[in-house]
Amino acid sequence: MIDKKPTVYEEVLAAGYSRRDFLKFCGTMAAMLGLSASGASQIAKALETKSRIPVLWMHFQECTCCSESFIRSSHPIVADILLDKISLDYTETLMAASGHQAEKSLHDTMEKYHGQYLMMVEGSIPTGDEAYCCIGGRSAYDIVNEVADGAKAIVAWGNCASAGCVQAASPNPTGARPVHKVIKGKPIINVQGCPPIAEVMAGVIVHLLTFDRIPQLDGLGRPMAFYSRRVHDTCYRRPNYDAGLFVESFDDENAKRGYCLYKMGCRGPNTYNSCGVIKWNNGVSYPIQSGHPCIGCSEASFWDNGPFYKHLQSFPGFGIESTADTIGVGLGIATGAGIVAHAISTNIRKRKHTNKGEVKADIENPKI
Amino acid sequence: METLVSEELVRKVYVWELPVRLYHWVNALCIVALCITGFIIGRPPALQSAAEASFSYWFGTVRFIHFVAAFLFFFNFVFRIYWGFVGNRYARWNNFIPLKKRQWNEFVSVLKVDILQLSDKPILSIGHNTLASLTYFITFLAFILQSLTGFGLYAAMSTSWFPDLFSWIVPLLGGDFMTRQIHHILMWFFILFGLVHVYLVFYHDYIERNGMTSSMIGGWKFIDAEAHKAKPDDKTK
Repeated sequence: MIDKKPTVYEEVLAAGYSRRDFLKFCGTMAAMLGLSASGASQIAKALETKSRIPVLWMHFQECTCCSESFIRSSHPIVADILLDKISLDYTETLMAASGHQAEKSLHDTMEKYHGQYLMMVEGSIPTGDEAYCCIGGRSAYDIVNEVADGAKAIVAWGNCASAGCVQAASPNPTGARPVHKVIKGKPIINVQGCPPIAEVMAGVIVHLLTFDRIPQLDGLGRPMAFYSRRVHDTCYRRPNYDAGLFVESFDDENAKRGYCLYKMGCRGPNTYNSCGVIKWNNGVSYPIQSGHPCIGCSEASFWDNGPFYKHLQSFPGFGIESTADTIGVGLGIATGAGIVAHAISTNIRKRKHTNKGEVKADIENPKI
Repeated sequence: METLVSEELVRKVYVWELPVRLYHWVNALCIVALCITGFIIGRPPALQSAAEASFSYWFGTVRFIHFVAAFLFFFNFVFRIYWGFVGNRYARWNNFIPLKKRQWNEFVSVLKVDILQLSDKPILSIGHNTLASLTYFITFLAFILQSLTGFGLYAAMSTSWFPDLFSWIVPLLGGDFMTRQIHHILMWFFILFGLVHVYLVFYHDYIERNGMTSSMIGGWKFIDAEAHKAKPDDKTK
């Protein structure tokens, strides 16, 4: 590894891209990040002058869908440069080295760039029995603590690393926890989604490279640029919602007309993500556009908020199909029955007093 | 029955001041409006229509009514808290939080007499009895929680500073879904409370014949003078 590292721009040129391609990439990224018109040149300048940041991309309990999503980004520079050239200090899935060589690469980077490298985590960390996830004979818990120690910032990719995803769903057999529940005292960016949108992932990396600080985050640690609006607010079917036009079942006429999927359990109104704007697979479509309700994959514990095709969560302990409304109606009937019983009892007592001539009982017997 | 209502036996007490009564009815109307619109929002009726979305906005209107009623409900409640510090003794905050032993004794006897009907001894409270007060205190907590979750959910679609004050509740509860779930469950608390509340007003009026129902309109209750004279620790004299 040479001491004077090439800048990102030099890497791009070396990979065979033209300056025009590079500037187009900068413009795309500026638009994705919601920067002003000068943003593109800011990004270009940063990438021209800054060398790549060493990145350690850790994989724990996960399905690699975040990596899969990332390499399918709409702009080739994203995958080619940001991942291939930039991030390859350590990533189990895509690195050429394996075994001891891979572990050596990890430790070399950690030592050489202590306090400078970025740690990117894909997957949750088991804390119940650490043996559930071991790499090179060491537990994920140990590794994540060791690597996080010298990290400048941590990017938690996807729902696993941000909220635990399916592994942390009830009953959470491995005691899976997201990164922010394991690591304290480091800036952590939760790039939510199962998986996150490729352009969102690229946008976060570019932001870190360009501005050298973490982007503005919301209350759950997600970058505001991509997670400040609900899928519902950016949904092209929203006018149908406001007009009260809803799909009642997947095979009805309303589904054909493209009405709102709210009553099919769409989580759009509860989910913060950019699906409605950036969309997926080079902007081709997103779940709602394909006729399926949003399942809220960028929200914590979305697996437990089931069933997916109902808008109310099933109520624990009362059977799979019962919701708060079922229980509410039941309690309402019980209350009504109680009222009737109480009213009958009241009348019997009152009649008894009247018959005995004790109408003024409350006056004659004043002491409590 | 008229013979019972003689001047010697019955004393008129001005219990509910005008601001309290206004608060009560504004609150009642808001809760009814919020429950109806909230129920529609949670489970919209199946209107099969071949219409284009651009010609209709009824669901948006339902939500608008919900939000307006929510603002009214919230500030009405804030006003009631203020009145709990400046109002008359029946409206005071310390009615609602049983800190004294006397209040707990009354609590137990209300439970025995009115709810379980084990005893025929009368309850001689003029304003709220302690059980009722404590129930209202719990509803106040529900008001707060409902306002927090409601405005927390609303914050995402508003650029105004006021709902933004509540936006912290959403991450605290783990996201919009759980916030919405709690908001929805609490609606049932309001419905159940309403049922029992209206029934008990009728019950007390029927048994105690003190004009409880109309007192929330006119403010006056008709108190059994003799019984209250016999009760030494009564503060109403």
